[in-house]
Amino acid sequence: MKNNVIFKGWWLPLLLVAPQLIISAIFFFYPSGQAIWNSLFLPDPFGLKTEYVGLDNFTFLLSDSYYRASFLTTAIFSISVSVFSMGLGLYLAVLADRLIKGAGVYQTLLIWPYAVAPAIAGILWMFMFNGRIGLISWYLGLLGYDWNHALNSGEAMSLVVVASTWGRVSYNFLFFLAGLQAIPKSIIEAAAIDGANFWKRFRSIIFPLLSPISFFLLVVNIVYSFFETFGVIDIITAGGPEQSTTTLVYKIYADGFIGQDLGSSAAQSVILLVLVGLLTVFQFKYIERKVHY
Amino acid sequence: MKSLKKLFFVFSIFALFSHANAEAKTTINWWHAFGGRLGELLDVQVKDFNASQDKYEVVHTRKGNYSETLNAGIAAFRAKQQPHILMVFEVGTASMMAAKGATKPIYEVMNESGLKFNQNAFIPPVKGYYTTTDGQMLSLPYNASTPVLWVNKDLMKKAGLKPNMSLKHWGDVGKALDAAKAAGISCGLTTAWQSWIHLENFSAYHDIPFATKGNGFKGLDTELKINGPLQVAHLGLMGKWAKEGKFFYAGRRNEGGANFRAGECMFFTESSAGYAGIKKEAKFDFGIRSLPYYEGTKGPQNTIIGGASLWAMGGHSAEEYNGVAALVNFLSQTKVQSQWAQDTGYLPTTTKAFKATGSFYKKNPGTDIAGKQMLANATTDNSKGLRLGSFDQIRKIIDEELESIWTGKKNAQVAMNSATKRGNVLLRRFERANK
Repeated sequence: MKNNVIFKGWWLPLLLVAPQLIISAIFFFYPSGQAIWNSLFLPDPFGLKTEYVGLDNFTFLLSDSYYRASFLTTAIFSISVSVFSMGLGLYLAVLADRLIKGAGVYQTLLIWPYAVAPAIAGILWMFMFNGRIGLISWYLGLLGYDWNHALNSGEAMSLVVVASTWGRVSYNFLFFLAGLQAIPKSIIEAAAIDGANFWKRFRSIIFPLLSPISFFLLVVNIVYSFFETFGVIDIITAGGPEQSTTTLVYKIYADGFIGQDLGSSAAQSVILLVLVGLLTVFQFKYIERKVHY
Repeated sequence: MKSLKKLFFVFSIFALFSHANAEAKTTINWWHAFGGRLGELLDVQVKDFNASQDKYEVVHTRKGNYSETLNAGIAAFRAKQQPHILMVFEVGTASMMAAKGATKPIYEVMNESGLKFNQNAFIPPVKGYYTTTDGQMLSLPYNASTPVLWVNKDLMKKAGLKPNMSLKHWGDVGKALDAAKAAGISCGLTTAWQSWIHLENFSAYHDIPFATKGNGFKGLDTELKINGPLQVAHLGLMGKWAKEGKFFYAGRRNEGGANFRAGECMFFTESSAGYAGIKKEAKFDFGIRSLPYYEGTKGPQNTIIGGASLWAMGGHSAEEYNGVAALVNFLSQTKVQSQWAQDTGYLPTTTKAFKATGSFYKKNPGTDIAGKQMLANATTDNSKGLRLGSFDQIRKIIDEELESIWTGKKNAQVAMNSATKRGNVLLRRFERANK
């Protein structure tokens, strides 16, 4: 007996997948195609005239040392945000999972930051660390530390990482908590009876069982830190100082929408598209192997 | 029969409406970048204009800051939804000029409307910024200011200085900063808009080029000249002051204004349009001085303007352009101009309005310095203004390199060489896209 059901004819299956196909075509394939097409041209800002330049936009980009540096900036930024937000999320989830009283309140409070829009989060952190009126920078000043993320690139990077991580911890917390609660208590109790302490149980039982969720979160967090942290960066540092917080996606915005250089901006989108595609393939091919479902 | 009557009735209603439509006012959309107090004052101008006639209705909309407004205008043009009038800051001028077809020059709008419009009524440095090399006005100067030196007289006294001491030269400023440092003043000097004041205006004021080809007025094949000996010497000195704790860097825009208004800083280089804010907030005796220059140079030539002008966008009907012309005519009136200057601290853009503002200048000493400084001499190729493509991005590059001087990461020559090189790449790209 056959397991899979086979439709007769073409119309019904096509009709059933049509919504998904149409959405992908309109919101993904069409814009991506546009980006690829535009990356071969050098248009003026108003779209009055355009010139076919072949791969010139790409050579222009890759010969720019600041653009090459933004790959490294993006890597540092994305890895930091992913590691910190997942680490903290997991830590808080483990603590919350062990709570007996007041778990609901604790969990709800932890989820709150997720509801804060990136732009608002950016403003909050910017004010706290503002060189003149910031509360935290004032306390740092009392301790003898002169905080100025407008000039110090290390401080600027730390601040955008912290601000981007902050909102993301909630999201990771939520998923990790759900994952922890799905682990049968009986296994853990059995291990405990056998004399395994908390760390032992965590390392050999809980963490492997959490691996599908961790993997999912890794992919989602990398994509998040690549694309959605743009608002925070724009508000806190605008990519500065000296482009030290200019990630790839921020540069696309800055060149395309501030600089009006749509050719270069399109070429950067294409490069980013390829990069994220490769990254996702890599994650599924190599890291997923280590995941136990 | 009855139904015919009904039909007739419906038709007549229609006719009534369409007739009313034909008589309705022509709407003129004006996109701008003014919020807060400036936005309120702009709104007053629009209301006055709408009340002054019954053919046109100007509707103004704020589209964000200067960059965002320009981008909104460009995006709207691409979508064929452009407003009739777009406010563009001086930095975007070259982009607008290169976009032939996207705009309609103001001189054409005025000629076709038949309204009287005298281009020569505008003061030369303001007019020069927005006209072609053969003297045709492309956009209407709206708000214009120029940088001056603001001083906190109370802090000067604290430093043991005479508040009316000469601050003509940067050498004088240096001596005053030494005294301030010795007296324990933590912020001797701060600045707003560092590239605009300490490079763009600095170059014009000393009659040295900021870029070749008459600062870009004579062609797109222009190259930056900001790594010249005088510019490097000045920035090197500022860098030294920063290291010694005499010059306090607060940020790329006008962040330093908060420090000055709070009475922390003795000197502040900022736009003359900072007047309204400083007058309102400063709880100390402040003064306005001319921008300092270096002895033994060609300075002081004249300073150049910052601010914005109004562009008529292309693709509208003749009747709508008549409305634009009527608004231009209204805004150019001496009375409107003079009132605007007194309310905002911007400079009047016409010679007559300057004269009409005379009594205000007398009552508020120092407010006339900006005008005097800008009109000091007939403009030269180096002091007419700047017309460089992608200049918003180039300023960002300059900001980055200047910051590296202030932090001591690079010396002034290295930083300015790098800024020149990086800026020229963008100029070449702009040239290529706008051939």
